[in-house]
Amino acid sequence: MNSLRRTDACLLGLLAMLCAAAFVAPSWLMSLLAVALAKGLVALGLLLLLRAGLVPFGHALYYCLGGYVAGLGTPWLGIRDTLLLLALASLLSGGVAFVAGFLMRRYRGIFFAMLSMALSMILYGVLLKSQSLGSSDGFTVARASFFAVQTAGVGAIRSVYLLTAVVTLLAAWGVSRYLTTAMGHVGPAIRENEVRVAYLGCSPSRVIHMEYTASGALAGGAGALVAILVGQVDPGMGFWMTSGEFVFIAILAGAGGIWGSLAAAFVLEGIHAMAFEYAPQYWKFVLGATLLLLIVRFPSGLSSMLANRAGARS
Amino acid sequence: MNSAPLLETRGLTVRFGAVVAVNKVSVRIDRGDVVGLIGTNGAGKTTFLNMVTGYLRPTGGEILLDGRSTLGRSPRELVAHGMARSFQVPQLFPEMTVREHLLFALALADGSAGGLLKPLHSAQRQARAAEVLGRFGLQSIGERPVNLVPQGQRKLIDIAMALSLKPKLLLLDEPTSGVSSAEKMPLMEVVFDVIRASGVTVLFVEHDMDVVRRYVTRILAFRDGSMIADGAPGEVMRDTQVASAVLRGEAPAALAKAGAA
Repeated sequence: MNSLRRTDACLLGLLAMLCAAAFVAPSWLMSLLAVALAKGLVALGLLLLLRAGLVPFGHALYYCLGGYVAGLGTPWLGIRDTLLLLALASLLSGGVAFVAGFLMRRYRGIFFAMLSMALSMILYGVLLKSQSLGSSDGFTVARASFFAVQTAGVGAIRSVYLLTAVVTLLAAWGVSRYLTTAMGHVGPAIRENEVRVAYLGCSPSRVIHMEYTASGALAGGAGALVAILVGQVDPGMGFWMTSGEFVFIAILAGAGGIWGSLAAAFVLEGIHAMAFEYAPQYWKFVLGATLLLLIVRFPSGLSSMLANRAGARS
Repeated sequence: MNSAPLLETRGLTVRFGAVVAVNKVSVRIDRGDVVGLIGTNGAGKTTFLNMVTGYLRPTGGEILLDGRSTLGRSPRELVAHGMARSFQVPQLFPEMTVREHLLFALALADGSAGGLLKPLHSAQRQARAAEVLGRFGLQSIGERPVNLVPQGQRKLIDIAMALSLKPKLLLLDEPTSGVSSAEKMPLMEVVFDVIRASGVTVLFVEHDMDVVRRYVTRILAFRDGSMIADGAPGEVMRDTQVASAVLRGEAPAALAKAGAA
């Protein structure tokens, strides 16, 4: 079985497990998994940029934007359907990322990271000062429906959880396919030798722009899913610490492939929940120490560890 | 038939502060020419090449490729117009194998969105990469990471990638620098076998006069940023300015060979 087919089979298997969990797992676990999957969706977008050697420290911008679009879609546009809200959030976030991409594609390294953070802090500042959007408290997101079917309670959580699982694993499938294409190899080539890429007739800036736009759309979709799941949005979704969390997931994941991104999101959310549950006074310390150990143990990220295990098995 | 030169520079100049690195150089290169660019270190050869390939922006003058100005054009546009280059220090991708370099170059040479979205290792591309590896004598090291490849073969990979773009004009920056004397001629034989077969026009910077004399149809000689000679190899090597400023110790041997040529 070639690696693509193996990836497809593993994704299908994971989707089946996640779907089965929807009927046995308690609602708190479904919520936790849904948030982890949504963050995995952001990490998949960051993976594209990380492979090109770029660390965006401001993807909370698109995550927050997606959340607010999903929240405002019902009162402003009368859209109640979850899928439509998700599509709208992804499209608008991707559109904003496309416009910002004209600026971002000109920068590399720390300048790229800081500029992306600056953009996200502009949105954060605007939301904080917007009384009509609830200022620092944000606002409650109206309950959305699925194909005109209104769900409530555990049913609502289950629906959003299942949708998040399907969307994230579909995105993972798309990203895994993209990484095998010639275009998918341009990112690592840019990281290794941008000049050579340019003299092979490919514009590194254009490829970075395209990948930045795609990652913005994915982050926007993730923000919308979390907003619908939690039923609340606030400017904290766009704060730099949220971006930092995404960067942390991306670094913990490594640039090796989709599995690292998904695993890192699950690990981070898992540690976060456990630490908060069992050491509420010291959860930040436990979280920091555990993540430090993980990074020391797997300096190239979880993806390299997973790749090594897969290599050892085959 | 198009009678315009493939490459033309008019009064090409670049200054770095008070230093004029290239001073009003005007050159015409016709299709099929193989032109050697010679000169001492600091004569402005690589600077000239870097301006022609858009790596460096001139402070004055014009560059025309196939009759169209290339000033301000990006490398991507220049490649699209038929220009390709190799580098004095081979510009490779440290984490790729030799074969992947060729696969990658062939994929980018394809250029179409459909081609770029095909798997890098598609069967069709693998076959083409194998053919290129064979032509350059690199098939035995195809799976080797490029970091473990000796300098001569790294040069070949760099040039093979450039030629994969099927350029009209190929610019080579010191293709034999850093290569042992024993390896130089075999390396250039491989490169020029492919060049002759493809009919590409070549401009190359080179220090080794034996290499220049053997492969070029014309020589441009630079000194202190200015062009001091332009002509057939025998004619340029007999030029007294070139003999004193460029050839120096090599002058008697080069003259003798030029005379014999």
